[in-house]
Amino acid sequence: MTAVSMTVNGKPVTADVDPRTLLVQFLREHLRLTGTHVGCDTSQCGACVVHIDGKAMKSCTMFAWQADGANVTTIEGLANGAALHPMQEAFREHHGLQCGYCTPGMIMAAVDIVKRKGHDLDDRTIREELDGNLCRCTGYHNIVKAIAAGARAMK
Amino acid sequence: MYAFTYHRPTTVRQAANLLAKHEDAKLLAGGHSLIPVMKLRLASPPVLIDLSKVEGLSGIELKGRSIVIGAMTRHNDVARSKELQEHLPALAEVPAAIGDPHVRHVGTIGGSVANNDPNADYPAACLGLGATIVTSKRKIAADDFFTGMFSTALEPDEIITKISFPIAKKAAYQKFKHPASGFALVGVFVSKRASDIRVAVTGAGANGVFRVKAFEEALAQRFTPKSLDGLSIKPDGLNSDIHASAEYRAHLVGVLARRAVADAVKR
Repeated sequence: MTAVSMTVNGKPVTADVDPRTLLVQFLREHLRLTGTHVGCDTSQCGACVVHIDGKAMKSCTMFAWQADGANVTTIEGLANGAALHPMQEAFREHHGLQCGYCTPGMIMAAVDIVKRKGHDLDDRTIREELDGNLCRCTGYHNIVKAIAAGARAMK
Repeated sequence: MYAFTYHRPTTVRQAANLLAKHEDAKLLAGGHSLIPVMKLRLASPPVLIDLSKVEGLSGIELKGRSIVIGAMTRHNDVARSKELQEHLPALAEVPAAIGDPHVRHVGTIGGSVANNDPNADYPAACLGLGATIVTSKRKIAADDFFTGMFSTALEPDEIITKISFPIAKKAAYQKFKHPASGFALVGVFVSKRASDIRVAVTGAGANGVFRVKAFEEALAQRFTPKSLDGLSIKPDGLNSDIHASAEYRAHLVGVLARRAVADAVKR
């Protein structure tokens, strides 16, 4: 067992885990933050994307102890109390989801895109930047619309 | 995944000592190749030595007529580097074409080069620019470094610390991406630095990255895509699988080499 401590959604957490524990397992099974999903478990689908020290990463492809000391934000940490984050609101408004399984990863990726590429995003940029997020409902059209609107709303 | 223990050394010497002490240990850089194969139980190292806490392994520096990149520098940081945009933009294009944005936040140049995946991009850039791989023990020329599929000249207790790329005025990388994996079905890196002309190919060779001497000699006459007209490579020794036949890969090598030279001469 190994001791890990990190800040998750602004709260310090500490636990003893098996070194094999993936960050996504730690978030879901130890902290019960089940908003972060496991889709493919092979670093491709992006359902597990969280922010680590402000950068989008795939939490299925890192061990919990690799995030020791880091600042982790999951989908649960985006909203401000009852008020949705502007990107979450944009997904709701533009129906940027069908089954919803990929949505947490899509939204975490979208917020990361805005951080790196700014608030005025064209469709092509959004589609290229979503290279690491798969929607098996193929609902990309509204996801792209939602991200463009969410990016503007985040100004 | 099988159980393992791990270490987080803070100096290269500590990491090298740990590697010497634990025979079957694996170094963990970004982990985006290693962790997936551990999940599949294709690798089951009993000990992991994580390099993320080792000081001085990240960063990009202009040193004389070379760009020196620390082994733990992330793909995204190389792709966005101002030094590279200004002095060697062709090298910045290489990590920009790896994986996806999330993968590029984590994956490292040293990890990619040490792993020497036959479809990886960085080996083509190293060989195509005549880079020098600097390790905890010595300096190794790229020509001597890549020894075959997933194998390199690295000794069991040797660690890549940085990679030095000579600045070539004319250079470019052309990659034909596998549409699902994003890996190079074939990738060709070309460069011209004074009389040193290099054409390096990844993705195609059954033994990993290789140079195409016939193309280099033709380009030495005149560095233009036309010099490669009518030239091709034989499919012998190229990969043939469900994604592409050896003949198709051989054809792609010619096409991508011409496109890369066309890009390089525009610079």
